[in-house]
Amino acid sequence: MLNLNEIQLRILREVADLHKVPEGAYNIRANSQSAGRQSSANIEITPKSDVSGLDIHIKPNTKNESVHIPVVMTESGLKELVYNDFYIGENADVLIVAGCGIDNCGTQDSQHDGIHRFFVGKNAKIRYVEKHYGSGDGKGKRILNPVTEVYQEAGSVVEMEMVQIKGVDDTERTTVAELAENAKLIVRERLMTHGEQRAISTYTVTLNGEGASADVVSRSVARDHSFQKFNAKIVGNAACHGHTECDSIIMDEGRILAVPGLEANNVDAELVHEAAIGKIAGEQLIKLMTLGLTESEAEEQIINGFLQ
Amino acid sequence: MLELQNVSFTVAEESAEKEIVRELSLTIPDGKFVVITGPNGGGKSTLAKLIAGIEKPTAGKILFRGEDITALGITERARKGIAYAFQQPVRFKGIRVLDLIRLAAGKQLTVADACEYLSGVGLCARDYIDREVNASLSGGELKRIEIATVLARGAALSIFDEPEAGIDLWSFQNLIEAFRRMRQTITGGSILIISHQERILSIADEIVVLKDGKIDRQGARDEILPSLIGTSSAVQECRVGQKGGAVC
Repeated sequence: MLNLNEIQLRILREVADLHKVPEGAYNIRANSQSAGRQSSANIEITPKSDVSGLDIHIKPNTKNESVHIPVVMTESGLKELVYNDFYIGENADVLIVAGCGIDNCGTQDSQHDGIHRFFVGKNAKIRYVEKHYGSGDGKGKRILNPVTEVYQEAGSVVEMEMVQIKGVDDTERTTVAELAENAKLIVRERLMTHGEQRAISTYTVTLNGEGASADVVSRSVARDHSFQKFNAKIVGNAACHGHTECDSIIMDEGRILAVPGLEANNVDAELVHEAAIGKIAGEQLIKLMTLGLTESEAEEQIINGFLQ
Repeated sequence: MLELQNVSFTVAEESAEKEIVRELSLTIPDGKFVVITGPNGGGKSTLAKLIAGIEKPTAGKILFRGEDITALGITERARKGIAYAFQQPVRFKGIRVLDLIRLAAGKQLTVADACEYLSGVGLCARDYIDREVNASLSGGELKRIEIATVLARGAALSIFDEPEAGIDLWSFQNLIEAFRRMRQTITGGSILIISHQERILSIADEIVVLKDGKIDRQGARDEILPSLIGTSSAVQECRVGQKGGAVC
């Protein structure tokens, strides 16, 4: 059994939807220690010897299996840098659930910087879910700086779902992807900031192979005095398709800077970007109020739907 | 029963004030199906918004079931039993048709129950229930979903602002059917429709002709309708103009 306290279990539920020990391969990291680890016949998790982190090897043709590697931090003042490398064999089809939750009741900042690298083999398919969550009423900040690098071989498919809805004070997210021919990357980012929070998200997706495609979509809500920057760049070096979209709701004194970028280095590269920032439309509020909702209930429904 | 007493609505337009609704008094009795028609710019949509609480009258009183609701906001009026279908329905990213119908019903409807309301407006429920109420829906689909949300409310007073706008001929028949069924299911409920459509006028109990912000004529259908035929206040589907018109 895992040796976790109530707060740690609650955070695990928030970031990885885990109510018990997961099936399949997992590593649960709590306050910089491994609180439980299990490999499976096809998925091997081994700790790195030189730095903090894990090597995760998924055998070719592994199907319908999952890897959970959530991180929980409940000690104030903890700072850690973790390297996790995923080697996904050809034709594998797996679900990877990461995610980090920090509960900081103390006065010192808590910080988790995770560097995840994915080496995705030919025709392999992964779905990667990463949720960030912060709680605790201490003055210490909850800081998360994830770096994600994705190297996709021919015909591979990567779907990434990145969610940060609550409680993280400061985030700088950097995502870099390189795609070979016919590889496909789909990113769905959902972000809500409030209070004095700051979130910066930078994507650089390079489509190197013919037929490669990327679809990077961010939906975000900035409330109170928070600030967000969304910087998404797609580079097309071959006959490829790239689409990036930033769709944001701004509220209160929130601020959002969207910087979509496209770079076409091949005449057959087809790249599109869309960005829209605006407050909740008055007529949306009115419609829901005519159904009997108060203005603030209407606002919550609209935001919840938007961030679904 | 809804009662408007000397209701006026004025807007500031450049330097002058413009009266959209002028000292209008009108009673909508329980269980009645009332259609308001009249020339464009006569104040019909504004009147509907004044009743729903979206606009506030600059003078006069609005009473609903004997209670003065003039000072109440949109939410409070909705909770007291006033439902309102927008002329131009609103789109929502991420909110599904099912979510909207559940919000309208004010309870956790089963999917089967929610589907009933969609079928009621001629939509194949299975194809729509999980779709987002966003730009992927056509104007006609949105309009029918809008009407379904009002059906789901089962309110004492249901207001429809040009419900036929953007609806094709096949579903127009359905729409008339939906209103007929609504009358049967909501006991004592009244329906107020803003429309120029002869076919909608022809199922009304009462017709009110609004012109220049005032009631021009009012009375039982058989009394008023004959005088409207052939005018812009009672058009057939294929003769409808741009605003609120069916396309054919």
